[in-house]
Amino acid sequence: MKIDKLIIGIIILALLVGLPLILAQPEEPKEKTIIINAKQFSYTPDTVEVNRGDRVTIRLISTDVHHGLYIDGYEVSTDARPGQDGSLTFVANNTGKFVMRCSVTCGPFHPYMIGYLKVKPDYRLFGSIWLAVGIFICSILLVSRRQKQ
Amino acid sequence: MTEKILGLIPVDWRFELTSLPYVRKIIKSRWMPFLPIVLNLSVFTVILMAGFVGGVSAGNYNFGIMFVWIVWWLLLMMVMVPFFSRVWCMICPLPAFGEWLQRLGFMKVRNKLFGLNKKWPKALKNMWLVNFLFLGTTYTTGFLTTRPIATFILLMSIIIGSIVLMAVFEKRNFCKYIGCPVGGFLGLYSNIAVTEIRAKDPQICKDHKHKDCVIGNEKGHACPWMILPFDIGRNTYCGMCLECFKTCPYDNMAINLRPPATDLLVDKNRGLDEAWKAFIMLGIAIFFFLIMQGNMGFLKDWANATTTEGYLTFVALHSIFNLLLIPGVFFVFVYASRTLGNKEIPLKKLFTNFSYTLVPMGLIAWIAFSFGILFPNSSYVLHVISDPFAWGWDLFGTSHFPWTPFLTGVMPYFQIGTLLFGLVLSLDIGFKISKQTFQKRDQAVRGFIPIAAFLTVVTIFLIWLFTG
Ligand code: SF4
Ligand code: SF4
Ligand SMILES: [Cu+2]
Repeated sequence: MKIDKLIIGIIILALLVGLPLILAQPEEPKEKTIIINAKQFSYTPDTVEVNRGDRVTIRLISTDVHHGLYIDGYEVSTDARPGQDGSLTFVANNTGKFVMRCSVTCGPFHPYMIGYLKVKPDYRLFGSIWLAVGIFICSILLVSRRQKQ
Repeated sequence: MTEKILGLIPVDWRFELTSLPYVRKIIKSRWMPFLPIVLNLSVFTVILMAGFVGGVSAGNYNFGIMFVWIVWWLLLMMVMVPFFSRVWCMICPLPAFGEWLQRLGFMKVRNKLFGLNKKWPKALKNMWLVNFLFLGTTYTTGFLTTRPIATFILLMSIIIGSIVLMAVFEKRNFCKYIGCPVGGFLGLYSNIAVTEIRAKDPQICKDHKHKDCVIGNEKGHACPWMILPFDIGRNTYCGMCLECFKTCPYDNMAINLRPPATDLLVDKNRGLDEAWKAFIMLGIAIFFFLIMQGNMGFLKDWANATTTEGYLTFVALHSIFNLLLIPGVFFVFVYASRTLGNKEIPLKKLFTNFSYTLVPMGLIAWIAFSFGILFPNSSYVLHVISDPFAWGWDLFGTSHFPWTPFLTGVMPYFQIGTLLFGLVLSLDIGFKISKQTFQKRDQAVRGFIPIAAFLTVVTIFLIWLFTG
């Protein structure tokens, strides 16, 4: 009985620890070109998903006024006016979600003009959810253990 | 056995900051807090002027917008409230005119206040009015944070409103119950602060029959916030005005350092008004994130009132989410807690008590949200201090400093770290509240599980929303 529980425990643990590795199944790095349309005050598409290692080129097209695009973490940027596209290229080596924000003041909501770049697999998200669940389990164990004393 | 916050610091641990003679001398001087208020007022004068001349121009290069919604807001959430309680209310310039009018002077003591000195109706001595006032203010966040004139109008209405209302109602009723949109959450979130104002020795207070701190004397005013300085209990309604330091003939008041969040364990004057304040604040943090740092363009159009239908949809969703949905989901978990714990405990009591676990969670959510403004956008401040009115000035040589985000690569880690810390703190407080409410330890453990699950789910949701 006790042994069973132990084995089940070990299997679950192994699965959980192994999960990031499964998630991490490396896809072949690809060349990706993505067209983003910018207008006051959003990007279309508003989310760009790539895989780690991809070489990403973003072409920025503005349909109204002068806009920019700056990518958090990668610290690259470009800008576009109507009829004058912008472009930037980077290798997606850092994983996770990165905010793409307008870098040219384009109107009142300019600071809120935002899109997301998601580079998969997102270890950070998985790791932090795992930590939160761990904290939850520990807290329950802690409070029930003290009870016995 | 005294309990320990996070298993580390005993709940009753205190260090008296005012034990240093110089600190006490400064605090007891009538220049405090007059001087900081005047300094602050000069900054606010620039903010108001900049808001006025800025009109409807884009707010990111406006001194008023930047100082109120970046400098002030971030300082408030990340520094003042968690570390110094309602210290903002100590130095807030907005109700100063009303207060000077009541006192017919700036620094002198006058306990017979000018004005009608009406009492505040008993039925309204709670946070409900400010709950709705603040929620109402957030309907206009799309304008407030982007159009300088909107910030000007908001601040001017608070100033004018305070003068009028303080001429009618006595003392600081304006701040406490009616007029200030942020007053409510400053009060509730200050329960977490690691500082407090309290009486030192309760016995001295007990023996002192003529309560100078309550009725005032020639050295200082009666507590303007109308609480009992000798029995403060929680930070919520102490505006840190320092009058009681002046009036107390025994020097029995103190500013203490203490472990965080201890006020949440004080089982006194808890109520549904504060519970809803906690829900609303959490919901607003989520909505503000979606509007300011989210990727959904349509939501921004709604908040920006591009179409009337869109704007009304935003107002409706925002209100339902904050007033009904969050409390509703929370209720389900509280119900489960009661089922597992002890069905004899009144549901309302459980609901109210456990809602205080959302206070640390909410403040932490705001801090995590604030990192998302601090790192990308604080460089605007350098620009606006050199050219506050957009008149082409260059006071400090920084008016051409470009928008420069910094540390955006590690920003998510700051947010995740803060949120996980918030989870630990709220779980800790949650179990202590559970023990307090259920009395029996085994019931407390079982009743705690659903609440802990709720807090964990909220944390994971916030981590996913902010960084995933
Ligand atoms: S309650 Fe509001 S108006 Fe009153 S002092 Fe505090 S921040 Fe200022
Ligand atoms: S207890 Fe009253 S008099 Fe003392 S600092 Fe707080 S608000 Fe002011
Ligand atoms: Cu733009």
